[in-house]
Amino acid sequence: MAVLELSNIRKDFGSQTILNGIDLAVEDGEFVAILGFSGTGKTTLINLMAGLEKPTAGSVTFRDKPVTGPGPERGVVFQSYALMPWLTVTSNIALAVRSAMPKLPAKDLAARVQKYIKMVGLTHAATRRPAELSGGMRQRVGIARALAMDPEILLLDEPLSALDALTRGNLADEIEAIWEADRKTVVLITNDVDEAIVLADRILCLDPNGTMGAEFRVTLPRPRGRTAMNHDPAFKALRAEVTGHLIAAGAHATE
Amino acid sequence: MTAIDPSQLAEAREAKRTRRLTRINKAEGWFKVIGLPFMAPLLRAIAGDDPRGQMKLLWQTLFVPILSILCFLGLWAVLAPKVHTSLGTIPGPAQVWSQAVALDAAADREAERRVAFYERQEERNAKLIADGQRDKVQNREYTGRPTYYDQIWTSIKTVFMGFVLATLVAVPLGIAAGLSPTVNAAINPLVQIFKPVSPLAWLPIVTMVVSALASGDGGMSRSFIISAITVTLCSLWPTLINTSLGVASIDKDLVNVGKVLKLSPWARVTRLVLPSALPLIFTGLRLSLGVGWMVLIAAEMLAQNPGLGKFVWDEFQNGSSDSLARIMVAVLTIGIIGFLLDRMMFAIQNLITFSDKR
Repeated sequence: MAVLELSNIRKDFGSQTILNGIDLAVEDGEFVAILGFSGTGKTTLINLMAGLEKPTAGSVTFRDKPVTGPGPERGVVFQSYALMPWLTVTSNIALAVRSAMPKLPAKDLAARVQKYIKMVGLTHAATRRPAELSGGMRQRVGIARALAMDPEILLLDEPLSALDALTRGNLADEIEAIWEADRKTVVLITNDVDEAIVLADRILCLDPNGTMGAEFRVTLPRPRGRTAMNHDPAFKALRAEVTGHLIAAGAHATE
Repeated sequence: MTAIDPSQLAEAREAKRTRRLTRINKAEGWFKVIGLPFMAPLLRAIAGDDPRGQMKLLWQTLFVPILSILCFLGLWAVLAPKVHTSLGTIPGPAQVWSQAVALDAAADREAERRVAFYERQEERNAKLIADGQRDKVQNREYTGRPTYYDQIWTSIKTVFMGFVLATLVAVPLGIAAGLSPTVNAAINPLVQIFKPVSPLAWLPIVTMVVSALASGDGGMSRSFIISAITVTLCSLWPTLINTSLGVASIDKDLVNVGKVLKLSPWARVTRLVLPSALPLIFTGLRLSLGVGWMVLIAAEMLAQNPGLGKFVWDEFQNGSSDSLARIMVAVLTIGIIGFLLDRMMFAIQNLITFSDKR
């Protein structure tokens, strides 16, 4: 059953059409990656799913109900982390938990916050503020914040693209491990082919003209640690195929 | 007896020194905040950390300011006697200092008189009670002249009263203007028109309104209320403008987080809008207090509020040979208190400000 469905979406900014004729259904428990060059409307697409923006035409439905605005059942991890700079790691996550579960007693709330801080490995930094954390640590807080709200679907908007290559790889592996344990429905926006293949069940390419391009199923067995993948022939073949499609679509757009 | 290993001793000494230097580094920020930037290099030089390098810093942070003050005092002392006024020559630093000492002594004498007054009154009352004339017992308040310190205190109370009123009006209004472009469009023309108005223009209006509304015997004198409200009217604007700017320029991603979390309107203001606008709100408050202190002196002169402004005015009207020197004492007092108020706000601002990094 599709959890999140987009049908025939168009999104204009002024006279410019960013997205056109997008049809997309995300199944329950599925990890979908949306892959595209920068400027193809990836962030706009996830904002539509989150309810932060409204489509010009077409409809977004979540569990068969139309999406009218954002809500805690659709957790978002932002590219720029978007942590409150005046709050500690604990308080940042507690703020989210309190809004998502207003009836939770204070003791359970604290325990829940602790659990997710531990899950992303930041127990030692729980009392620090975002300015005292590295980029990777900040994004871990962002992920913990989104997970602690217990959303039905997790929307990741290029969560790793502001990080350096090494941190990026490590955090991608960690996201996979967390997802393995939780099996939440996830939509990941990315411009990194390797990242999409390591993490996703299904890869959708967003073409530069704002339409949906090719779709790839990823059937590689999990866990797919990044280092192991580097020598896997199936991984290499898929990477070549996806990259080939992206380059062809990009070339077509610039003609 | 055990022999003490000299290398161990040296190690311990080195560790102690490192600890001391870490502590100095931590305190450095605070020294800067409270206006004593020379303390950190001075302490470091004493602790033996690169004394030569510290001397360079000390030269800039301590010796240059001291030299410039000495130059100023020297020029003042040389030039002042050359200007002749109807009250004699302009007083130099020495005369101003002697007047400052005299004002302090007068305050001491006044305090003694006050104590003596209450002693006499108690003695008299005790005697009346002993004589069985309890109905004749009277307790009067001492009504001596306000001392210089009383006047300073009155000024500080007045400026804070005006400042608090201004804050109570400006911060909520600024938040409303920052959140809603409609509110902003509504109040912006009024702000632009009233912002440049001088306190001296407000004062007659405030005086008339306060005289009509307040009786002036409810604990606060009319002149106090008039001065405070004039301060409010002039110091409102920096806080209002900075608050609305701070609220309007909240990071868009943080606003989106607020939307995803579905914060209630109240939680949005208290947990998102206020904290992220706080640094700019405090910039506004700091400017407002500075403006308020400047405006207050003029307001007190005309409203006859018994603070520093009235002191200056009275001395000017008095026209004795000491008057000019006393006015200069007041000028320096006003300057130093203004500086201290600003440092105080700066310290608070530093306490609550966070880094921009997210």
